[in-house]
Amino acid sequence: MTTECEVLVLGGGGAGCSAALHLAQRGVRVVLLERGLVGSQASGVNYGGVRQQGRNPAELPIARRSRELWGRLKDITGTEAEFTVTGHLKLARGDAEEAELIAYLDVAKRHGLPLRLVGRNAIHREYPWLGPAVVAGSFAPDDGSANPRLLAPALAQAARAAGAEIREHTKVVAQHHAAGQFELVSEAGQTFRAPVLLNMAGFWGGAVAEAFGEPVPVRPLSPNMAVTEPIPYFIEPNLGVVGGNVYLRQIPRGNVIIGGGHGESDPAAPWARPLPEVTLEVLELAVQLVPELAGTQVIRSWSGIDGKMPDGIPVIGPSRTTPGLFHAFGFSGHGFQLGPAIGAIMSELVLDGRTDIPLDAFRIDRFPPAA
Amino acid sequence: MRIAVVGAGPAGVRAVEVLAAAGHRPIWIDEAPEGGGRVYQRPPAPLRRDARALYGFEAKRATALHAAFDALKARADWRPETLAWHIRPGAKRLHTLHRGAQDVVEYDAALLCTGAMDRVVPVPGWTLPGVTTLGGAQIALKAQGCGIGRRVVFLGSGPLLWLVAYQYAKAEAEVAAVLDTTPFATKAAAAPGLLRGGATFAKGLYYIGWLRARRVRVAEGVTPLAIEGGAEGVTGLRWRDAGGREHAVACDAVGLGWGLRPEAQLADLAGIPFRFDALQHNWVPVRDAAGRTPVAGHYLAGDGAGIGGAEVAELAGARAALALLQDAGQAVEAATVARLDAALARQQRFRAALDRAFPFPAHLAAGLPDDAILCRCEGLRAGDLRAAARAGNAAGPAPEMNRAKAFSRTGMGRCQGRVCGAAAAEILAAELGQPVEAIGRLRGQPPVKPMPIAAPRPASEPVP
Ligand SMILES: Cc1cc2nc3c(=O)[nH]c(=O)nc-3n(C[C@H](O)[C@H](O)[C@H](O)COP(=O)(O)OP(=O)(O)OC[C@H]3O[C@@H](n4cnc5c(N)ncnc54)[C@H](O)[C@@H]3O)c2cc1C
Ligand SMILES: Cc1cc2nc3c(=O)[nH]c(=O)nc-3n(C[C@H](O)[C@H](O)[C@H](O)COP(=O)(O)OP(=O)(O)OC[C@H]3O[C@@H](n4cnc5c(N)ncnc54)[C@H](O)[C@@H]3O)c2cc1C
Repeated sequence: MTTECEVLVLGGGGAGCSAALHLAQRGVRVVLLERGLVGSQASGVNYGGVRQQGRNPAELPIARRSRELWGRLKDITGTEAEFTVTGHLKLARGDAEEAELIAYLDVAKRHGLPLRLVGRNAIHREYPWLGPAVVAGSFAPDDGSANPRLLAPALAQAARAAGAEIREHTKVVAQHHAAGQFELVSEAGQTFRAPVLLNMAGFWGGAVAEAFGEPVPVRPLSPNMAVTEPIPYFIEPNLGVVGGNVYLRQIPRGNVIIGGGHGESDPAAPWARPLPEVTLEVLELAVQLVPELAGTQVIRSWSGIDGKMPDGIPVIGPSRTTPGLFHAFGFSGHGFQLGPAIGAIMSELVLDGRTDIPLDAFRIDRFPPAA
Repeated sequence: MRIAVVGAGPAGVRAVEVLAAAGHRPIWIDEAPEGGGRVYQRPPAPLRRDARALYGFEAKRATALHAAFDALKARADWRPETLAWHIRPGAKRLHTLHRGAQDVVEYDAALLCTGAMDRVVPVPGWTLPGVTTLGGAQIALKAQGCGIGRRVVFLGSGPLLWLVAYQYAKAEAEVAAVLDTTPFATKAAAAPGLLRGGATFAKGLYYIGWLRARRVRVAEGVTPLAIEGGAEGVTGLRWRDAGGREHAVACDAVGLGWGLRPEAQLADLAGIPFRFDALQHNWVPVRDAAGRTPVAGHYLAGDGAGIGGAEVAELAGARAALALLQDAGQAVEAATVARLDAALARQQRFRAALDRAFPFPAHLAAGLPDDAILCRCEGLRAGDLRAAARAGNAAGPAPEMNRAKAFSRTGMGRCQGRVCGAAAAEILAAELGQPVEAIGRLRGQPPVKPMPIAAPRPASEPVP
């Protein structure tokens, strides 16, 4: 059986679902193909950080735009996906780290990102529960966190309501381009045809790009995550550190979510697991930041698979080999926040042939060809 | 060869016995301070009473198993009070926690004998103080020497219901009622198969007869309506009899349970696939009759591999250890293997009849009222899970168990769905109009049980 449409979206993470929504809102006949359930990979299992602070400057225009969409998520999808503006507090544990916080203030200023340095005296006064290892912090009041389990499914549901077709349990096993048409074939033998294809397949986007003659050095990235039992709520901001070896946040119902380091994964399965040694090490770092966490019970740990690019920023933009093909993948561990805007940007690339967001840094041909 | 055995219940003891006899010295791990497992759990030394009082008909078996355990402790690397909280089958490493100290056990072969836990169906009021599982009620009696209340109602189905009620009555607690949700006719229909169980079946009949003779209030085919009470605890229980009449009974404690479910989280983390066993109405890890799993070097025995009871656990423990030795190229006695295989096959047929006699009351679970607590860790009601399954949900409908967990938080708390998972699956399946096996099962994630975050290391201690 063949399904014909105007745009095919390959991959139902936050980015792909947002693209389907934005295209459908503009009247495009769009079909999204997802191997499992929407949001069952990186987009559904991540830490839930909705953070602009600390991003590569090239990403900040996208992050700013996405932040605006996060603020309207309830109007767009009917749920705010537990998005809460708690602020993001990035901590320094020594002079060198503090210098990095100060250096970033300039970057933030240039991009209109509100950011406030919390100095050595103020930090323990404002956050008396921080451990003595912390010497300073920088606070981004507009940042926060959300529930990753809800975002992609909610975007997909809104896309359905706007007329998009969301095909779950549809694994694409072959893709071709001929005579101005893309033809995708699913494992079950269904065929999908359209003149435009959006490659939004997360880590697996690398294989899709390769199939169209533009391989990129994408590698699997599996952040290590753990969550505690509920304890009385006291950690309001989403916490990070310079260097990123630990991050943690508490949700109002009390659970503390703690990330840092990397687990193990097999993207072919796909399968991802936290590494016990890493979990224990990160818990130790977390107690350094917030000593009161000692003794709290960890009830679950997990990981997921994102695509990591060598320079830590994604591939976004048109293919250099195949007209009608657009890529957005390889978010390198921080694409949850970006997802909503990525969908909007992709819809503009497809329908308007342009977008206001500078995308040059994300070109697919920025990597030297593999030796 | 480095062999790790997790569990020192009937299965683990008999497994280690075989391994030790073959010249091995396995690393032997159990969370409990002593061997014996659930059924032959030993009270702490100051509370020890004679075996006859503690284990009744099982006294001889219990004594024999404890003796075997005591003799084996020195022939293994015995690690009591040690939780195996994660297993990595590829790296062949077990991660353990003993009184706050982390350790890693490297193995060439692992034999998991992790046993079972009570299977619960929530009833309105089941989270009131004074309500425990049947197994919990029994352990209170066995290990602590005290009952769960002064006037106790036992509610549920399965052999444990009658056994625990009998044990309480014997210990001179007042048994206010024994309420069996299985109709008499269902049990009667399975009776021919049950006769195969010989002594086990006879014991079951004996308990029922004994209780009736002492005029303990007994009802079969009941529908529980609510456990009543307040912050101070349980005050009574209401139910409907098979004829549709409502009854109430005053009590200060309730023991409830509907059979057992395997404690199979380690097997899950080991990557062993699961299948739905329709007769047991449980998800069980895949293994062959000897206990070999599709994951090389990993073996299963006892209730953790599918509920079989204490006798089966002993046989299966020995059999899985022999399989492990066979696979390692060690000679084993063919006659012993044949004897164990025959005994296990015989037990299997009895077990099937038992499961037919006491089927899981899926309809009770599925019918839990919207406002009744389903997931007590997260304080969620049955209606919260049903709402997550519906298309009107802002995030769309949840077509399977893990997605329903993601949307509603059911099974996301301290117990990770070990308690509410069976009932939650029935509720979701009914809401979706699907057979329960079609909606999947909750994925296991480490740690197997909650694990405390360690206190910071003192500054003087070197970082390894
Ligand atoms: C553990 C973890 C923690 C993280 N924490 C954060 C955080 O705090 N903040 C943040 O901003 N980011 C975070 N990230 C990163 C973020 O989750 C990802 O960058 C983002 O979700 C990527 O979205 P995506 O849509 O590109 O990819 P995905 O969510 O992976 O979606 C791609 C989809 O494509 C589908 N697919 C792939 N191949 C095929 C095929 N052949 N046929 C059909 N479908 C296919 C997959 O099944 C998948 O659902 C984290 C990531 C992980 C793993
Ligand atoms: C509460 C309860 C009461 C029961 N009462 C009876 C009864 O009276 N009569 C009867 O015939 N049957 C009873 N049963 C059933 C009976 O337990 C089993 O048939 C039998 O004990 C199974 O033996 P086993 O060796 O498979 O498991 P168990 O006896 O359950 O032993 C498993 C052992 O593994 C340990 N363990 C499990 N996971 C880990 C881990 N991750 N790390 C470290 N250690 C671990 C446990 O601490 C336990 O000691 C009861 C079951 C339960 C749950």
